Amino acid sequence: MWKWLHPYAKPEKSYNLAGKMLPWFALFSAISLTIGMVWGFVFAPADYQQGDSFRIIYLHVPAASLSMGAYLSMAIAAFIGLVWQLKMADMAVAAIAPIGAVFTAIALFTGAVWGKPMWGAWWVWDARLTSELILLFLYLGVIAIYGAFSDKLLAGRAAGILALVGVINLPVIHYSVEWWNTLHQKATISKFDKPSMDTDMLWPLLINLLGFGLLFGTLTLMRFRNELITRESHRPWVKKLFIEDK
Amino acid sequence: MNPRRKKRLSIALVIIIGLGTMTGLVLYALKQNIDLFYTPSQLVEGLGEDKVKPEIGQRLRIGGLVMPGTVTRNMEDLKVSFVLSDDNGGLVTLEYEGILPDLFREGQGIVAQGVLKSANVISASEVLAKHDEEYMPPEVAEAIKGIKHMKPEYGNETK
Repeated sequence: MWKWLHPYAKPEKSYNLAGKMLPWFALFSAISLTIGMVWGFVFAPADYQQGDSFRIIYLHVPAASLSMGAYLSMAIAAFIGLVWQLKMADMAVAAIAPIGAVFTAIALFTGAVWGKPMWGAWWVWDARLTSELILLFLYLGVIAIYGAFSDKLLAGRAAGILALVGVINLPVIHYSVEWWNTLHQKATISKFDKPSMDTDMLWPLLINLLGFGLLFGTLTLMRFRNELITRESHRPWVKKLFIEDK
Repeated sequence: MNPRRKKRLSIALVIIIGLGTMTGLVLYALKQNIDLFYTPSQLVEGLGEDKVKPEIGQRLRIGGLVMPGTVTRNMEDLKVSFVLSDDNGGLVTLEYEGILPDLFREGQGIVAQGVLKSANVISASEVLAKHDEEYMPPEVAEAIKGIKHMKPEYGNETK
């Protein structure tokens, strides 16, 4: 049943597939981010309580969601890498980790910038903020472990185990505002109920979420291709690729 | 699936499930310590099954809603006091000297850090505003909730 997937375990094939998908991801991410950002920052109505300050939600929420989404995809890749020992899955882990770390850093930074005028503090050690900070450390740990070994097979395995173990943090981040008393407010859209947000404000947020998702895809494809080329640089197909280009 | 993959699969699953259970138990055991603040009822009645009450002089955080009509300001300085309440009817008086956040208003949720002076009086050193997860334009808020302000309203005392 999985036979159709097998050809893509060949580095050359998946390099080409990633290359074919890349422009589409880039194009649609640029389109949706432009629409979402302009709509959100210029045309969406101001909030009744927070005024215009609430607009930072259009950066904060997509970055935070994608920091978790990226971690989940990294952990799935790590799982595949550990069980089926596909080195391409390890490369995906290595490709995703820095992108996820940057999304997490953006979420933490925009959160602090939002927190100062609204709450009155840049940082509070509540469960949501702390678990998101742990997520950043997990990403940094995966990057550091992968970089620490010169034998990339070993590096992939070690980083994969950490990536897999850290997946436990994801439900903790998501439910932290439900399980404990926090200064951070509860979920607005990622719940089974109707979103507690006006439609005019919700649409640009959803478009931005899509745009950030596609941006994550674009960056992952680019980094994955780079990782593939670097690790396969001694192979004939890579040499052929670059000689033909010249 | 060959036996070696099967073995690796089961090892990976055991690690995840084991660590998940462990984290769950640790978080459950630390339940009270992860809460950022006491609610007024928890402060008055005691926390958890053992009804542990904080001692006088203890530093703690309290979170609740500012009870309408209880905010009193001192005319000469920045001293302000107000009563915090919650759904379960606990009432705690807060004394604070300093500038309150922009979102501070009657009925608003706040989180304050301070020292417990007596059973239900806290001398706060920091007051933070907590906002909820609802976002809507002013005219919608007015229609649904009857709220007609964007800026915090201050009493006549400040004039």
